[in-house]
Amino acid sequence: MIIAVASGKGGTGKTTVAVNMALVAGSVRFLDCDVEEPNAHLFLKPAFQGEIPVSVPVPVVDTKKCTGCGKCAEVCVYHALAVIPSPDKKPQVLVFPHLCHACGACSLLCPEGAIREEQRSIGVIEEGVCGKVYFVHGKMNVGEVLSPTIIRRVKERIDPDALTIIDAPPGTSCPVVAAIKGVDFCVLVTEPTPFGLHDLTLAVDVVRQMKIPFGVVINRAGLGNDAAEDYCRTERIPVLVKIPFDREIAVRYSSGETLADKSLVMAKIFSKLYQNICQVKNEADRRS
Amino acid sequence: MKQIVVLSGKGGTGKTVMTGSLAALVDNKVMVDCDVDAADLHLLLTPKVVERHEFKSGKKARIDERACVRCGRCLEVCRFGAVTKKLSIDMSSCEGCGLCARVCPAAAITMEENLCGEWFVSETRFGTMVHARLGIGEENSGKLVAQIRQKAKEIAKKASRDWVIIDGPPGIGCPVMASLSGVDAVLLVTEPSCSGLHDAGRVIDLGKHFKIPVSLVVNKWDINPAVTEQIEKYCTDNGVAIAGRLPFDRAVVDAVIQGRTIMEGESASLKVEIVKIWDRLKGAVL
Repeated sequence: MIIAVASGKGGTGKTTVAVNMALVAGSVRFLDCDVEEPNAHLFLKPAFQGEIPVSVPVPVVDTKKCTGCGKCAEVCVYHALAVIPSPDKKPQVLVFPHLCHACGACSLLCPEGAIREEQRSIGVIEEGVCGKVYFVHGKMNVGEVLSPTIIRRVKERIDPDALTIIDAPPGTSCPVVAAIKGVDFCVLVTEPTPFGLHDLTLAVDVVRQMKIPFGVVINRAGLGNDAAEDYCRTERIPVLVKIPFDREIAVRYSSGETLADKSLVMAKIFSKLYQNICQVKNEADRRS
Repeated sequence: MKQIVVLSGKGGTGKTVMTGSLAALVDNKVMVDCDVDAADLHLLLTPKVVERHEFKSGKKARIDERACVRCGRCLEVCRFGAVTKKLSIDMSSCEGCGLCARVCPAAAITMEENLCGEWFVSETRFGTMVHARLGIGEENSGKLVAQIRQKAKEIAKKASRDWVIIDGPPGIGCPVMASLSGVDAVLLVTEPSCSGLHDAGRVIDLGKHFKIPVSLVVNKWDINPAVTEQIEKYCTDNGVAIAGRLPFDRAVVDAVIQGRTIMEGESASLKVEIVKIWDRLKGAVL
């Protein structure tokens, strides 16, 4: 089973939930797909075995073969190629690698075969072991934008026979979709504040549209109001567990400590979460 | 006119609460909410929408099944996994490059304009606000951010506003870069945790990359004073100004629940700190 932990709003406790569930679930694969700001390694502290570069192909123009016809710039919808006219010699092609989406249109459609592709690094994947957890994360280079590409590469490490837990990025746009696409279940973590509730409703729209079975975890319960729980009741969304607000938890989190392996109460909450996910998933399977 | 963006790297550290406070504190400004896929500033500022615009960006492929000869050329060339084995388009994967349409021998694929969100100009009790709503799972958030920032700048220039205050998205990716380009300063709001430090470090790198001065606030600093000091030391070593600290205070959550900014909330000491933060930030920009 592949379980993704997502949220809409950032900072609601995705990583806390994903990491601690991994600790109680036994042998798991853990994929941190928040490649812009990966954090799970700060808690699980895996021993990384080197890094694998993630690169994307970008066009390189062979000036000898290029006739300056402009086909490449015409077909590139991302404006990553521009043809600069020149009064005395043939037009020159400029490439803007940061705008390139690596679709391959220019190299495929160049009538002279003058465009080849070179790999440009946009980030890395690191993997390693920590206890029973096989850990993988992607890390996008600062200044890059193609996070979905790195997320898809991290997800190539999914083992279909093992339990996989995915820590998703915040938001509701393309990186989130890339992270949760194809998962069996999605845990949406929220906090009992108006911000938490508002962004939860957006996240619910995403998982419903993608037809992914899901449930909600209410983190920092007791700090805000009951609006998130009322919303779940009205929408018939299962609340998988509530994690009480406790300053002690915040302090532990801040020092990079895990919870489930240090406190019996926390271990119970995260075990219950995993059991409830299995139960809700089974019910969803039966209905469909 | 100066532009300031509030960023954090890590989500949930208090960007929107900070932006809301500045909205209440700073005179003669325009607000922009650039967290276009999970916007929250409107929950504090309760904007009254005065202009509504569609946001169309990019295109998506559509296969005409009647014209399709099922050769599979589109599936072969698509690098985004957006053509399914049954030769239909998976909209959430299509990046609109148009290569499939160009290579289709039966001209069965058309590229259709993609309506991917809406943006608004609104009035609030603290002045004009420009904000947006990106459609579920859409791309092009960077372009939408650029669009609303452009509008905010126009409004600010026309009305001789002194400030454009931008609530930024989390992360360091495409909407963050669009929120950051050309601003006069970044106000980085972080929390005293190892994640907060790690993620703030990446935003500081991004600021360096774009040569934009960064000032930092540690929110809920008393949750972990040791990490707070570690973060502030990191800042001092990396040319980042310290704008101030805010303590953990339930009054923040109470204010948010009531739809109010900290400046309208119960905690006098928080208000004093916010005023200090603004004065330091202003000092760094002017």
